[in-house]
Amino acid sequence: MTFIDYYKILGLDKTATPKDIKDAYRKLAKQYHPDLNPNDKEAQRKFQQINEANEVLSDPEKRKKYDLYGKDWEHAEAFEQARQRQQQQGAGSQRSRYSGSASEGDFSDFFEAMFGAGAGRERRSQVRFRGEDYHAELQLQLIDAAQTHKQTLTVNGKNIRITIPAGIENGQVIKIAGHGGPGVNGGPNGDLYITFSIANHPTVKRLDNNLYTTVDLDLYTAVLGGEIIINVLNEKIKVKVKPETQNGTVVKLKGKGFPVYKQEGRFGDLFVTYAIRIPTNLTDRQKALFTELSKM
Amino acid sequence: MNTANLISVDEFCVCHGIDQTFIHALQQIGLIELTRDETSVYIYGDELPQLEKFVRLYAEFNINVEGIETVALLLERITSLQDEIIALKNRLRLYEDIE
Repeated sequence: MTFIDYYKILGLDKTATPKDIKDAYRKLAKQYHPDLNPNDKEAQRKFQQINEANEVLSDPEKRKKYDLYGKDWEHAEAFEQARQRQQQQGAGSQRSRYSGSASEGDFSDFFEAMFGAGAGRERRSQVRFRGEDYHAELQLQLIDAAQTHKQTLTVNGKNIRITIPAGIENGQVIKIAGHGGPGVNGGPNGDLYITFSIANHPTVKRLDNNLYTTVDLDLYTAVLGGEIIINVLNEKIKVKVKPETQNGTVVKLKGKGFPVYKQEGRFGDLFVTYAIRIPTNLTDRQKALFTELSKM
Repeated sequence: MNTANLISVDEFCVCHGIDQTFIHALQQIGLIELTRDETSVYIYGDELPQLEKFVRLYAEFNINVEGIETVALLLERITSLQDEIIALKNRLRLYEDIE
């Protein structure tokens, strides 16, 4: 657990007045508010830090404790006990706090070690709130994204089994309703948003529903034509090669591409680029035949 | 009328401590849809996250309804640009070297 400099987070120093803190907090909270920074994880992280800093520095009692023991937070508990013995009463203060969105997260371990778990939530009223939305990222291989399959995810300690439809896109987000954080005071649960990250495949590229691949073609088949078998995402496809095929020729195989998302039985196209390989380590006989050809 | 996925505007406003005129103003400029039966006006459940966002903008940032309309439009544009960036990144992957 590392020390968090709440003053630095708000861009202040230790001499800051309550007004300075309020102003700095208000300015930064607006800047990084999740409602105004959609899908920006960094803004959300900063917003949580700013809220936490404000939670401590805007409360005279917490600020005093933080100023005294911030870097030595391990001793805060001892300080707390001594303080209780002396029955000191902290003065109240008017504090404001932005609620953020439902995606507002927990306070840091540092905060909870120093002020106790739940210390930042003391102003929750009996109003019903929708639970926090959870965001998760799921990495898939291209081959997995090509077929509808079920997968079990562990989100905040809970196992959730989801069906991933074939054809899901890299960067696509799906919402699993009601699988976010629990609602407050009987409010509805939040939702779970899963962003899919599909790794590049070593030999096959995808654009929308089309697939692109390059296959090696031996010189003889390229010249004379023939049939080859290509392997695309574990599917073997027979392809007829026209005689006198040139290097770099692209052929389109209709309906042999990627499945279209949530449209069963529909597929994109497969584009195959031929890379013609010149034979090497020729025998004398082969060389002689090529020489003869070249003179024709 | 099946009200299972509907939230009463009365209840919503009491919970969030806001005036009903705010909700109706959002409806008038087309930011949310409301439905009604003989007794009440309702918000659609799937519009709740968006509406709660508007309430936060209104209550915490003191942004009025016209401001919220502008913010909503700009946020929509941001989201659309983010989608476009993802699509462009996916397109760019075509030209990345095959290992």
